[in-house]
Amino acid sequence: MLNRYPLWKNLLIVLVLAVGVIYAAPNLYPDDYAVQVTGASSATPIDDRILERAKRALETEGLTSTASELESNGALLRFRSSDEQLRAQEAIKRGLGDDYVTALNLAPTTPDWLTSIGAGPMKLGLDLRGGVHFLMEVDMVAAVKQRLDVYVSEIKTKLRSERIRYRAITHNEDGSLNVKFSDAEARDAGQTLLRREYSEFQIAAEDADGESFLNINLTEAKIREIEDYAIKQNLTTIRNRVNELGVAEPLVQRQGRNRIVVQLPGVQDTAAAKRILGKTANLEFRLEARPDESRANTETFEFRDERSRPATIEKDIIITGSSVANAQANFDENGMPQVSITLDGNGGRMMNRVTRNAVKRRMAVLFIEHKTRTRYEMVEGVEQEIRTPYVEKKIISLATIQTALGNQFRITGLDGAGEASELALLLRAGALAAPIYFVEERTVGPSLGQQNIELGVTSVQIGFALVLVFMLVFYRVFGIVANVALSLNLVMLVAAMSMLSATLTLPGIAGIVLTVGMAVDANVLIFSRIKEELKNGLPPQSAIHAGYERAFSTIFDANLTTLLVAVILFAVGTGPVKGFAVTLSLGIITSMFTAIMVTRSLVNLIYGGREIKRLSIGGGV
Amino acid sequence: MKTINFMGVRKLLAAFSIALVLGSIASLFVNKLQFGLDFTGGALVEVAYSKAQPLEDIRASLGQAGYPEAIVQTFGSPTDIMVRLAQDHTATLGDEVLSALRAGTEAEVSLLRSEFVGAQVGEELREQGGLGMLLALAIVMLYVAFRFQFKFSVGAVVALAHDVFIVLGVFSLLKLDFDLTVLAAILAVIGYSLNDTIVVSDRIRENFRKMRKGDSEEIINESLNQTLGRTLMTSLTTLLVLFALFFFGGEMIHGFATALMIGVLVGTYSSIYVAANVLLVMNISREDLLPPEKEEEVDDLP
Repeated sequence: MLNRYPLWKNLLIVLVLAVGVIYAAPNLYPDDYAVQVTGASSATPIDDRILERAKRALETEGLTSTASELESNGALLRFRSSDEQLRAQEAIKRGLGDDYVTALNLAPTTPDWLTSIGAGPMKLGLDLRGGVHFLMEVDMVAAVKQRLDVYVSEIKTKLRSERIRYRAITHNEDGSLNVKFSDAEARDAGQTLLRREYSEFQIAAEDADGESFLNINLTEAKIREIEDYAIKQNLTTIRNRVNELGVAEPLVQRQGRNRIVVQLPGVQDTAAAKRILGKTANLEFRLEARPDESRANTETFEFRDERSRPATIEKDIIITGSSVANAQANFDENGMPQVSITLDGNGGRMMNRVTRNAVKRRMAVLFIEHKTRTRYEMVEGVEQEIRTPYVEKKIISLATIQTALGNQFRITGLDGAGEASELALLLRAGALAAPIYFVEERTVGPSLGQQNIELGVTSVQIGFALVLVFMLVFYRVFGIVANVALSLNLVMLVAAMSMLSATLTLPGIAGIVLTVGMAVDANVLIFSRIKEELKNGLPPQSAIHAGYERAFSTIFDANLTTLLVAVILFAVGTGPVKGFAVTLSLGIITSMFTAIMVTRSLVNLIYGGREIKRLSIGGGV
Repeated sequence: MKTINFMGVRKLLAAFSIALVLGSIASLFVNKLQFGLDFTGGALVEVAYSKAQPLEDIRASLGQAGYPEAIVQTFGSPTDIMVRLAQDHTATLGDEVLSALRAGTEAEVSLLRSEFVGAQVGEELREQGGLGMLLALAIVMLYVAFRFQFKFSVGAVVALAHDVFIVLGVFSLLKLDFDLTVLAAILAVIGYSLNDTIVVSDRIRENFRKMRKGDSEEIINESLNQTLGRTLMTSLTTLLVLFALFFFGGEMIHGFATALMIGVLVGTYSSIYVAANVLLVMNISREDLLPPEKEEEVDDLP
């Protein structure tokens, strides 16, 4: 029969819509402004007594919390407004003292039955809700020193190839280099050579204690260049790492000469973010030293697991982690964590060339980590944080090369699945060019004023209402059908975004409304087609049928083309572009469903399977 | 209903379109785009008040002192405030902002920090963004060529480029701030323009196959007339939303709404006059669109 959906189709539509409504529901429960109290060390317990102390501290400031609860990781006190929350944090911090960390938090109020099926609200972006703010400092001294190390080995090679005899090259306290020569003649030859090769050096010939040497300083411009490079490189790496962490809509920017700001929106696992962002880890692949190798060309390192005895390996590095094109954490046949590595073209060739001639020898994977020890000292009555950086190099695996390696292989010997995925992430995101330290950590309020947010939300509501009225006036009963579909589309879109826990920003909200505006298009296409068919003299039932049928290919082509663009934008874009692509793709998919399937089902219910004289679809086109 | 002879003025409007695009490109070269804080970075000033202040008041005093675009956020506590400005950092900026803030409050204000901040958008986004656009265009061309015909894909891509250039051109001509929200709007314009063009192309294809009489120009005219109602309805509903955003949405989504309003207007115009025009310029004919006939088996036996 014409224009009747079979029961299963109607039931399927109802089912899909019901799932949509359920998963969109958590957004109806607004987050509470909360203050979270945890112990400064994990050994400090949080119990009722602490909660009472916090409440007393609030009372003295004339504040009350709307609710308070004890959780496994601390106590949570909820407040009515962000202003109250900020004042409460101050009060609690003062009341409890330094043994406790009080952090601003947003506590979801999603009912338990929704949480249990994995539903949760969308996150709000930095502009609407604020987030956490980290200020990190790039260690410029270390950046310059790393570059100097490269210069030292270059200078040595150059002097050797020109047969100029030098004794030693040493670093000075002030960041300059001293190159000692056997005599003044060699020094002068060396000076001429280095002047010619390096315009960025300021070279001074000096004699002291009967020794001839050159004192090399980098020019101010060169130091600036090194620092600029280091911070740019770190900025890129930090951005990659934030993206790898899956944080949507973050803010990463340079601040001042040597600092980087990272702001992450909403409630996030800040501890995890801190651990990943500041980590400087790298890998080196080297061959095990032959027993007869001279001591000058070898180094001895300990293993990560303390059962194995230290091994002696060559100083020559085959490749480092920077040659890694892709890295994935997974498990080997025995269920042990491993990282599968794909090298880039150059790295693969190097690896192949070296391992081809080293079959049956063993290759070591060296794990290098820059760490810092922090201690506090009183300097002239002021407590100062003193950080001493050090490098930890340990062997994580030493395995016999069975056959020449190509650009794909695996590393094992890791400390569990967590470390494997962290190492894979760090290798993918690239290494930091210079060590980086956290110097400040704060929460920031929304970057948009309350007034702006309210205006934005109001305008979105007005826009939506206008579309509804417009459709009703033009298409009558069919307009109502379209409006129901539109509203359901909004619900479905919100549900889909919540399931992906997308981050919502004000432009994002506007984007959603826009997809709604555009989603009308599908219905307009169908309705225009129906009117056309009516004008061509088809009876109402056939016109409905033909209208849907004919318009479908148009809608399909138009939407699929746009979806293609969205998918490409998602694949090549970063940050905000990616976020927009997600909204657009989801909007296209949900609108196809509601505008075609849902309206058809409704129209069938209203008009289908009976004798009708005319349709209420408005006049004109 | 009267049939509007759209294609009658096509040469005139082709010249108009070319002039608009060239003008936009010229404006992009001369005026450049006024990139906002997101792209260029700016300055950051942190201050501490002796007691908490409403953020609206702080914004107001900054606005009066000539910093209307300032972003004001609480920073850790209600008394610490972070101000971000879309202008170059100078040595005296901190004190200037401080005196502007002091003028608007009874409380004491002290300067904590004044520094420049870099761009929020990395260089890699610009590079990847450009690359992504080109890739997207290439794939759209392939898809449209596969589903329709090669001449249609040229029409769609030319219309798309036309729309994006004009929106960017207007932004550079009027020296409007180009920030991340505007970038999002441009991406939406791409989606909208493409959608519109495909709908019109779809009808042209259908009519070429269906109508036995008439030359290409007449068939295209007829198709444009048939889709006109739908084109206007969709543009109107989208514009309704955008008007609401523009007039009631506050300054934050002003740029977004402006870019999209221009984009929707130009996109509607271009699917009529640019995409269809390109088809005529490339001599679209019925033969281009007939479903490929099955080749007859040639019997090569004598």
